[in-house]
Amino acid sequence: MREKIALAILFAAAVALPFLMRALDLPGGTGVATSILCLAFAASSLNLIIGHGGMISFGHAAYYGIGAYTVGILWEHFRQQEPIFGLIPGTDQLLITLPAAMLMAGLAAAVIGALSLRTSGVQFIMITLAFAQMLFFLFVGLKAYGGDDGMTIRRRNAVPGLDLRDIDQLYWLVLGVLCAWLFLQWRIVGSRFGRVLEGIRQNERRMRAIGISPYPYKLAAFVIAGMGAGAAGALMANYMRFVSPDIMSWQKSGEIMVVVILGGIGTLLGPVLGAIALQGLEFFLGGLTEHWAIILGPILVVVVLFGRGGIMALVNRLLGVRRG
Amino acid sequence: MAEPILEIAGLVKRFGGLTATDHLSLDVRPGEIHALIGPNGAGKSTLIGQLVGEIAPDAGTVRFLGQDVTRASVPARVKMGLGRSFQIVQLLDEETALANVALAVQAHAGHSFRFWRRADRDERLLAPARALLDQVDFPEPRRAARVADMSAGERKVLELAMVLAGAPRLLLLDEPMAGLGASESIRMTDTLRALKGGPAMLLVEHDMDAVFALADRITVLVYGRAIATGTAAEIRANPAVQEAYLAEEGA
Repeated sequence: MREKIALAILFAAAVALPFLMRALDLPGGTGVATSILCLAFAASSLNLIIGHGGMISFGHAAYYGIGAYTVGILWEHFRQQEPIFGLIPGTDQLLITLPAAMLMAGLAAAVIGALSLRTSGVQFIMITLAFAQMLFFLFVGLKAYGGDDGMTIRRRNAVPGLDLRDIDQLYWLVLGVLCAWLFLQWRIVGSRFGRVLEGIRQNERRMRAIGISPYPYKLAAFVIAGMGAGAAGALMANYMRFVSPDIMSWQKSGEIMVVVILGGIGTLLGPVLGAIALQGLEFFLGGLTEHWAIILGPILVVVVLFGRGGIMALVNRLLGVRRG
Repeated sequence: MAEPILEIAGLVKRFGGLTATDHLSLDVRPGEIHALIGPNGAGKSTLIGQLVGEIAPDAGTVRFLGQDVTRASVPARVKMGLGRSFQIVQLLDEETALANVALAVQAHAGHSFRFWRRADRDERLLAPARALLDQVDFPEPRRAARVADMSAGERKVLELAMVLAGAPRLLLLDEPMAGLGASESIRMTDTLRALKGGPAMLLVEHDMDAVFALADRITVLVYGRAIATGTAAEIRANPAVQEAYLAEEGA
């Protein structure tokens, strides 16, 4: 019950945030919050495979980046009125670019996952990193789309009935899509598929002995997570109106992973709280000193070493919720 | 004679210079409890590994229900009706007893590419899971406990319930009494005896009381070779067995 009340308060606060920012005369606040939600989205999708499937992917920014580039490339071709390969017309319609971003990221995840999931442990971490780096350098080399300078998206995508040039509307859209994703992921985690995934994380040998081949289930989860990251990237590209290979750098993969660990691995809202905490810390420490990373690093180490379960565990303790 | 459930012919497995399984042939007949005994290092675990599909043999064949499964994967064999328990129990430590068995029921019920409906309240999984826990006499008040908080005996019994969820035609039991206290061993023996007539069993066990109480036939394995197969009385009377194994136990 307390959990539900806390959730309702959190949701109400999130919806009211643009009004609050205006009341506090912080015009940039809603934009920052939008980018935090995008990061939380990407981290939530990574949480599905790390937290519930035990697959420690160190290349998740690749799918985030592919989602962002899908929006950017479709915009570029829309602007020049020149179909991709003379076949696929560009577009600025979010209702097309968002599913397209998920599709492209999902395809990439299917190929990379199919190969990477033949390994496990440290090898898996390294091979997912390697694939992400390959994509990173591919986009660095794609001069048609700006190379390492990236590309500007002059106008945000259009959505019927909304005007995304208004940052408040963009924020609410991102919030809505994130909530829909979290709901979907919550259902998946609780479903038969989710039970199998959880079983694979805990004991793969046991799962084989009850007749389950882990591979197809892991691959399906990997693809779903890739699609989530793709959607997050598409929204991020809309917020920034800019895409560059930096969005799929290994540092970004690391940042997404840190958000998951900080927030609480395997919890629904952990990545959201983790994203808020990480960006908040960066902002706060950045105000104190330009060498903020020196302070942030040890804080993260302390959380990883002593704060088992991350922020979410702390919240649960405060709410008096016992994890059953 | 009915066709055997499991038929092993000329099975060989070498690890470097060591021959862990040495041209081994044996069979398990329907409804039978076939015990496999032998001193440490006789190759019992290696044999189980090959029967389950975790270890690939170098030569020979494993036939299960009349089909050659020598190269089949673990899940494929399990789906055909092979159930196995582990010497060191393998369970989902963060889950409850009921959740463990429910997952095994789910695995047997078909593919799990179902993404929407909640599984932890699905009576189609929970009801059979409860029935299986009843069947192995898993105490009611302990069913909501997590595996991590269970005794060794409870885990062994729970694992057996998970194996039975797959409706196995053959049980490979790798030391079901290992780590159990005297009274727990007796209860496990009773539980296994109650299953008799259902799935056939290949029982690897060091507890001789249990072996002699349960087994229809016993095969003695020494250095990867079967030196004798027969009833309990025949095995007791066999001089080669006495020399290789029973004498050592009695010493």
